[in-house]
Amino acid sequence: MLKVDCVEKSYKKGGLFSREKQKILKNVSFECRRGECLGIIGESGSGKSTLGRLILGIEKPDRGTVLFEGKNIQDRKVRVGNISAVFQDYISSINPFFTVEEAIMEPLKGQKEIQSKIDHLLNQVGLDPSYRKKYPHELSGGEAQRVCIARAISTEPKCILLDEATSSLDVSVQTQVLDLLKKLKKSYNMSYIFITHDIQAAAYICDRVIFFRNGQIEEIVKTEHLKDVQSEYARKLLQMIITF
Amino acid sequence: MKILRNLSKDRLAAASFILIVVTIVAGILAPYIAPHDPNEVNMRLRFAAPSWEYLLGNDHLGRCILSRLIYGIRPSVLWVLGALFISVLIGAIAGFIAGYFRGKVDFFMMRICDIMLSFPGYVMTLAVVGILGIGLKNILIAFILMKWAWFARVIRTAVMQYVELDYVKFSKVTGMSDIQIIWKHIVPVTLSDIAVVSSGSMGSMILQISGFSFLGLGIQAPNAEWGMMLNEARQVMFSRPELMLAPGLAIIIVVSAFNFLSDALQVALDPKLIRSTNKFQKQEVETEIRGGKIHEYTRS
Repeated sequence: MLKVDCVEKSYKKGGLFSREKQKILKNVSFECRRGECLGIIGESGSGKSTLGRLILGIEKPDRGTVLFEGKNIQDRKVRVGNISAVFQDYISSINPFFTVEEAIMEPLKGQKEIQSKIDHLLNQVGLDPSYRKKYPHELSGGEAQRVCIARAISTEPKCILLDEATSSLDVSVQTQVLDLLKKLKKSYNMSYIFITHDIQAAAYICDRVIFFRNGQIEEIVKTEHLKDVQSEYARKLLQMIITF
Repeated sequence: MKILRNLSKDRLAAASFILIVVTIVAGILAPYIAPHDPNEVNMRLRFAAPSWEYLLGNDHLGRCILSRLIYGIRPSVLWVLGALFISVLIGAIAGFIAGYFRGKVDFFMMRICDIMLSFPGYVMTLAVVGILGIGLKNILIAFILMKWAWFARVIRTAVMQYVELDYVKFSKVTGMSDIQIIWKHIVPVTLSDIAVVSSGSMGSMILQISGFSFLGLGIQAPNAEWGMMLNEARQVMFSRPELMLAPGLAIIIVVSAFNFLSDALQVALDPKLIRSTNKFQKQEVETEIRGGKIHEYTRS
């Protein structure tokens, strides 16, 4: 459904006239199937968030294409209602001038029965309808992230990109949000692209996992087979998990 | 309406706002409000003291000072407001485009602004007046030409803070058009910055216009203008200093009102600050009380 094909991206280093470029992504290709949860695991600076921006179509790859059901994701009309995102920073994810209700309503423009839908969405992410009139700075981190998830699923998209969506939440809230995401995935049959540095969270929710390093794919593995990974790097990462 | 309600909580801001509105209305309705013709010369009443007929007295040509003050609102405040609006508008459009789209457009626009800003403001205004001739209109044109670049710079910086934020990213992802995003997400959050910057520079523009009129470069002789009234009063500064009071105070009061309003607008336009002010004040009181106690302890 979502196909990333030989994507490359580099950023300019230094000022306007400098020619020096830093390559962030090198020849990345993979595919995300319908209803699948694909994890992308990598260290910070490995280029996984850049990859996320390219998948979302808000930045242009230097080479290669990102196709959504055969159409280029950069076309705004391809994205409408089909793709959505949840970001790490829940504070800057909601316009501070918008109430919860307005924030969720934003991608829903032009649909009927918005009011009852908002209540339904809030219920689904485990929030009370009384939250509708609240402003983002009145919410806790977990609540704000739930609002972001409600906003992301409001158009019932086929694919949601979660860029470190649970990384800034504390562990107990993290599990709650992950469980919520699992439940929603089942009921809406969505695909997730789950970008994270947390292997445990990825193993908890993902069907397949991509190990990402220095802008390249090291290995793609199914979560069931996570124990017998081939590449050196993936093995090293797995060993480094703190076990209690 | 919400903004007005928030403003009304702050007494100084409300007073400033009312003063500005009254001034503007008085300026627009000058012919109906002014008790006399501002240009009517009456040499018998030369330097007359305030009386019931002439509330603020008469100037060196026996003209009614109150009427001249009211008519002076037009060039001093209204026209400056108009010029300010146009230059903020140009600056805002340039700033939004440069800050939102970045890249080459941004580079090109900012170099134009750099060129405009590399001339000192007063010198440029004098040059424009030198080319186009003396008169209020030409000074205003010079103001618009000079000021928009500065507004563009400030607004661009304000816009750039918000463009990278996740809620703008989210709107891009969900396929909103750039114009919609600017209108829904960027304009409201930058509005407070724009309001503060423009109301702040309103004060300096009034002062500049009055300054140029004081130098005799602005509006011409019989017409009333606050700076020019000051200039006329200057000739009798030592024998009759009270003549400076009316126009001088008018300038000071209006300029300070604009400055107070710009301060209050910053608070009134930000939902975070409004809600936290009550808490904040409570905290302040508490710490003060605690501070007082500590003081007592140390004393005892």
